[in-house]
Amino acid sequence: MKIHIKNGRVIDPKNKIDSNMDIFIAAGKILALGQPPIGFIANQTIDASNLIVCPGLVDLSARLREPGYEYKATLVSELQAAVAGGVTSLACPPDTDPVLDEPGLVEMLKHRAKQLNLAHVYPLGALTRQLQGQVLSEMGELREAGCVGFSQANIAITDTQVLWRAMEYAATFGFTLFLHAEEPFLAKDGVAHDGEIASRLGLKGIPSAAEALALASILRIAKETGARIHISRLSTAEGVQMIRDAKKQNPNISCDVSANQLHLTEHDIGYFDSNCHLKPPLRTQRDKEALSAGLKDGTIDAICSDHTPVDDDAKLAPFAEAEIGATGLELLLALTLKWAQQEKVDLLKAISLVSQASAQILGVPAGNLSRNSDADICIFDAAEYWEISPGALKSQGKNSPFNGLEIAGKVKTTLVHGQVVYQFS
Amino acid sequence: MNNPQLDSDGRLRHLLSIEGLPKKILNQILDTAESFVGIAEREVKKVPLLRGKTVCNLFFENSTRTRTTFEIAAKRLSADVISLNVNTSSQSKGETILDTVDNLIAMHADMFVVRHSQSGAAHFIAKHVPNHIHVINAGDGRHSHPTQGLLDMFTIRKYKPDLHNLRVAIVGDVLHSRVARSEIHALTTLGVPEVRVIAPKTLLPAQVEKLGVHVFHDMKAGLKDVDVVMMLRLQNERMNGAMLPSAQEYFKTYGLTQEKLNLAKPDAIVLHPGPMNRGVEIDSSVADGNQSVILPQVTYGIAVRMAVMAILAGGG
Repeated sequence: MKIHIKNGRVIDPKNKIDSNMDIFIAAGKILALGQPPIGFIANQTIDASNLIVCPGLVDLSARLREPGYEYKATLVSELQAAVAGGVTSLACPPDTDPVLDEPGLVEMLKHRAKQLNLAHVYPLGALTRQLQGQVLSEMGELREAGCVGFSQANIAITDTQVLWRAMEYAATFGFTLFLHAEEPFLAKDGVAHDGEIASRLGLKGIPSAAEALALASILRIAKETGARIHISRLSTAEGVQMIRDAKKQNPNISCDVSANQLHLTEHDIGYFDSNCHLKPPLRTQRDKEALSAGLKDGTIDAICSDHTPVDDDAKLAPFAEAEIGATGLELLLALTLKWAQQEKVDLLKAISLVSQASAQILGVPAGNLSRNSDADICIFDAAEYWEISPGALKSQGKNSPFNGLEIAGKVKTTLVHGQVVYQFS
Repeated sequence: MNNPQLDSDGRLRHLLSIEGLPKKILNQILDTAESFVGIAEREVKKVPLLRGKTVCNLFFENSTRTRTTFEIAAKRLSADVISLNVNTSSQSKGETILDTVDNLIAMHADMFVVRHSQSGAAHFIAKHVPNHIHVINAGDGRHSHPTQGLLDMFTIRKYKPDLHNLRVAIVGDVLHSRVARSEIHALTTLGVPEVRVIAPKTLLPAQVEKLGVHVFHDMKAGLKDVDVVMMLRLQNERMNGAMLPSAQEYFKTYGLTQEKLNLAKPDAIVLHPGPMNRGVEIDSSVADGNQSVILPQVTYGIAVRMAVMAILAGGG
């Protein structure tokens, strides 16, 4: 199969390309950019006039809900959502049921994802057995089965000795740990940022200090052990500053922010909108601005969707009882573009934050349009507006705090391995 | 974001919280309540304003007093009243809140009085009921207890008619108290110039000053020259643990005794939403003393709840 993508504006952050050119694909790989290779005859031509052609997006955190939570979402529904959102590679956290702490489960997940032939799935293995924070998982075996890193999902390791050993062990083999920084005792039963809004609404708060305390432990132990650490979903201004300082001394630190945190604050909870029940909680305007500044100056390396599909029934409850999470795979591109436009960040940088940078953190061959790389490509219209609504989403999770928002950035075509896996109609 | 409590003409559609209600509506409720106070003293304690209507008390959290006063209020308005303690029936069988509500709507309930342990529960139900059904919040988690806030205002107005010249202190567990939040919003909306909260730091929510109150940790300083002292109930489970060392120490520092009350103005009145923990947050001699208006609060509570129901049903 040979594909010719013509007349598009190609943006490839890794190769610093932002210009109108054609792309030629054969046997699943990018054969050439610009001029066609001699003798190239396309089976399929995609007209990308007035569209942007960029690497397929790489998402650092997308829950697929399989195995165990198929009533919330399935591999099929969520991988279809991924490619509809231009996401061609994604990392999924291990908090499935059963937990991804057994090589067999990881192999099965990888196998099923591969059969579907949609987005690439890169599982994050459980760092400790059952995510209980006590016994290390078989990281080596899990790595061989296909895990690209290890994570505790939203569950903290309370025993610092275990955290230390986990980092030492991971550092021995060069594995990356993906950690969410939240001190569990301070955050206990909390459902919103501990501030004015939580006080008004009578919701139990999670103080910013919960993030700072957890970060302090993680960063200190990381320095001591030399482990490669990725902080998932930073949420506070103080956290951004701590990472900024830590990075000056320790090159093995990276971090991301969820697209939700770039656009929303505690005020968006409004009258108890359960779609705003998220982890980490939506914080203040000041935090939001600090996260944005951190992204711009490179303190924060990437933007993730924090895709967490929740079934409707689980959201139909008073705020604190409503399940945590929002759908995100199909919003990642548009929310990133919206952020970039508001913050006057150029497209090359913005797209890098959801492709090349994320791929680098995961250590996977994705997120660029280099010659001979896999032809995972997203073609989108940056100017076309669409309304975020349950009907517009392929994901089985329809819950979004952005429902009703008109937003620019519509994916038209997605290719994985040089095959069209999504075509907007 | 539309105010879920008001209809498109600005009339009260649900009573969910004091916050977000205009002064005009608060005064409308209080003024309407005035006309209902006398009914209890009549031979026939009934008016026909809610005749043919069904009021459903939906209590997901136990309460005797609040439920009873709502029942009496509805019955004095000639409504049919159903009271359900849901935590002991359907919910234990796994039925969701909305299932319970939908079933009662199918039985043609016209008004729901809802109490629930989660903040936002009344808003949640209000969002899902059809247009013609009204929801009254009878207490949701730590968030709001608007009829309590209103009956407190009614009581204060009875004894201290000029709200624009008052200094009010709210004492105790503000952190966990829906009553405190409702009182604060009611007082500030009605124009009380100085509202104080007095509590240890462990019992105050984050950034409480943003609700428009002055914060005191020293009870003696906080009570100085106030006209109204509003005590809060201290829940048993807060008394021993990380919030407070002991009930004894709490009483010593924040319990209202006559000695401390003497720091307030000589004609200061004392309120308490009940049920009281005598000897924990309030001394019996104060609770039963001549500055206490705790029992009138209960009496006025019925009139205020009648007023709310009458206004919601369109008869205010």
